[in-house]
Amino acid sequence: MNPRIAVTGIGMVTALGFGAEANWAALVAGRSGIARITRFDTTGMRATMAGCVDLPGDEPGFPLSVSVRCERLGEAAIAEALAQAGLTAPFDGPLCIGMPPVEVEWPQRRSFGATTYPGLLEAATGQAALYEEFLFGGASTRLAERFGTRGVPQTVTTACASGASAIQLALEAIRRGETKMAIAAGSEASLQPETLIRFGLLQALSTRNDTPQTASRPFALSRDGFVMADGAGALILEDEAHARARGANILGYVLGAGEAADTFHRTRSAPDGSAIIRCMQRAMDDAGLAASEIGYVNAHGTSTPENDKMEAMAIRALFGDAPPPPVSSTKSMIGHTLSAAGAIEAAICLLALRNQMLPPTINQEDVDPDLGVDTVPVARPHAFRAALSNSFGFGGQNVAVVLGAA
Amino acid sequence: MLSPVAITGIGLASSHGEGRAAHAALLGGVAPVLDATSFAPYPIHPLAALPFDKAIPRREMRQMENWQRLGVYAAGLAIDDAGLRERVAEMDLIVAAGGGERDWKLDEQILAAQPDEIQRHRMLLDGLRPTLFLAQLSNLLAGSISIVHNVAGSSRTLLGEEICGAEALRIAAARIATGTSPLCLVGGAFVAERPEVLLLFALGDVLHRGPWVPLPERQGIVFGSAGAFLTLEAAQAARAPLAILRHVGTDQGRPETRPARLAALLAATPERQPGCMVISTASGAAQATADELAALGVTPDLFSADILGHLVEPTFPAGVALAALAIAQGRAKQVLVTGTGQWRGEAVALLEAP
Repeated sequence: MNPRIAVTGIGMVTALGFGAEANWAALVAGRSGIARITRFDTTGMRATMAGCVDLPGDEPGFPLSVSVRCERLGEAAIAEALAQAGLTAPFDGPLCIGMPPVEVEWPQRRSFGATTYPGLLEAATGQAALYEEFLFGGASTRLAERFGTRGVPQTVTTACASGASAIQLALEAIRRGETKMAIAAGSEASLQPETLIRFGLLQALSTRNDTPQTASRPFALSRDGFVMADGAGALILEDEAHARARGANILGYVLGAGEAADTFHRTRSAPDGSAIIRCMQRAMDDAGLAASEIGYVNAHGTSTPENDKMEAMAIRALFGDAPPPPVSSTKSMIGHTLSAAGAIEAAICLLALRNQMLPPTINQEDVDPDLGVDTVPVARPHAFRAALSNSFGFGGQNVAVVLGAA
Repeated sequence: MLSPVAITGIGLASSHGEGRAAHAALLGGVAPVLDATSFAPYPIHPLAALPFDKAIPRREMRQMENWQRLGVYAAGLAIDDAGLRERVAEMDLIVAAGGGERDWKLDEQILAAQPDEIQRHRMLLDGLRPTLFLAQLSNLLAGSISIVHNVAGSSRTLLGEEICGAEALRIAAARIATGTSPLCLVGGAFVAERPEVLLLFALGDVLHRGPWVPLPERQGIVFGSAGAFLTLEAAQAARAPLAILRHVGTDQGRPETRPARLAALLAATPERQPGCMVISTASGAAQATADELAALGVTPDLFSADILGHLVEPTFPAGVALAALAIAQGRAKQVLVTGTGQWRGEAVALLEAP
């Protein structure tokens, strides 16, 4: 018999603000955090807006690297979650965290003045601070050491599902009895010029640059792509008995998780939605819940034509003849925080359950009638006990998490 | 209730070629295959000429660069070695990954042009190939394995240099042992012939320069290109286990306290019998390697870096694959595998005859 997994701390940073409460207030108000990018030049780029979390240290022409921004955002979210859980470093459990791949960036690459790679290798040898900054395990290791977590930090990347994969890794570690508690987090800051250009070349991004706040419009007929965003989310997961024994305030539960790899295509779901249906079904099975017990779906809802159509179809299929529960995409306000989205959106589900209130999908002036789901255009009260959070990654890596009310 | 975990297939592709026979022949010690000139003064163990096109459809090959091709190829070798082609739909996958190739020729054009920020973005906009992004994303090696080999269970990719390979193996083994995964494919790939990869490690000044010498005689890393995957199954369900993966332990912390963690990991390893073979996956990075050898207290029978080169993420899975081969060959009844990340992380595994 698996232990129930309680959530005793929640932390969040997005373009809507620092802190779970600030984010929740903005979400319920239907505010957009999307704005024109100012921390680097966007001349000629297809998308010139994003959900930016600019930080002290972003210098003109030399913004903080992906790695450093991920570390700072992750640190803020984890510190908030730990404080709420009444815990301090050292933390007696592992850090499981979704993070993007990192690499040496152009400001650093050109800072040595070399004109070839051999010249660059020669000039750059021994710059230990940059080595530590750009190791793939660098940022998560610094977070692990900052919070004194146990063992190897599990730094997971499943693209846009990474934050949900981190929750799943943490859940499994507790169920296996390896630990009584774990930090499950996601941190994302891939928004740098080359990544923005690369996503633009894939034609995955919204180009509604003139009105950034209307650009992320999941499930709308006029949706034209996703909007990149910075952000981080963190949950403290705990064996329920452990949480109760130490008198912790239980905020909600992670009831289950499911995943399914899609073998069809790198950036598209199988046309019958089979892998994403399987992933949601596995999450509900893992939680021991029937579809009728899911009261809300926080959609992956990226605002790409393809995802939202497939996801709505899969949700309808999952719920069979019964009408599906309300479905909203909070990416309409936050943008797509890629590696962090799964953690941030699980946190939002928990806040929604605590407040018995559904966060909206904004920009629904022209909701796509063929999708057949209630996309919650405005926040509204709702009585429900369980929510499903979807995360579908490039590369066909799909994860769904079921959250429950305290 | 924990079930014993069996290694039922290995997929190794390296500078020595591919498969069990090519790598079993190396276990007694062998001269390395080296390329001392392409990236001088840094020698590497180069990618062998492997028939990727026989295993990977042309349409898929175009979406990948060599890092993904090598990983997909090695994963296929492991699936075939285990005879698990019929069961890929239920196979879980954990990949230990860095990133895929940059277009280093475009990088050099930009470095040479010394453009301002706006011009640099223009050169990237004009020069980057759209497909290269998918070849570069860390989780797309796993994605490509799912697409090419139809592996359709769970898919996870762990980041973090050497220790993520050991942690991937530990998690895979724990999932099999607790019955939460029916079978798992675990491993990764590394391509050494990449100037942008050499750049990262040059920053850390951890690379060996000059003529190749064996690991104990140098103070730096010599990279190799290789893919290494293992299939794990519950021992009672395995038709033809190569070896039992009796134990995997990992830890990480500050480098100052590394000796204590290594000692604790070794102390927590089941008892070694006389004649236990020792394979070290030490990188060659000076302090980490010295700490590992001091903790072992005996000279390893084999350094995986001396025959394959250092592989970063798949280093530990490759060492465990060599250990499984040693047992399958009858060379040893028990093998201890150790590994210490060049920057962070320590790992041990103990394998035994089935």
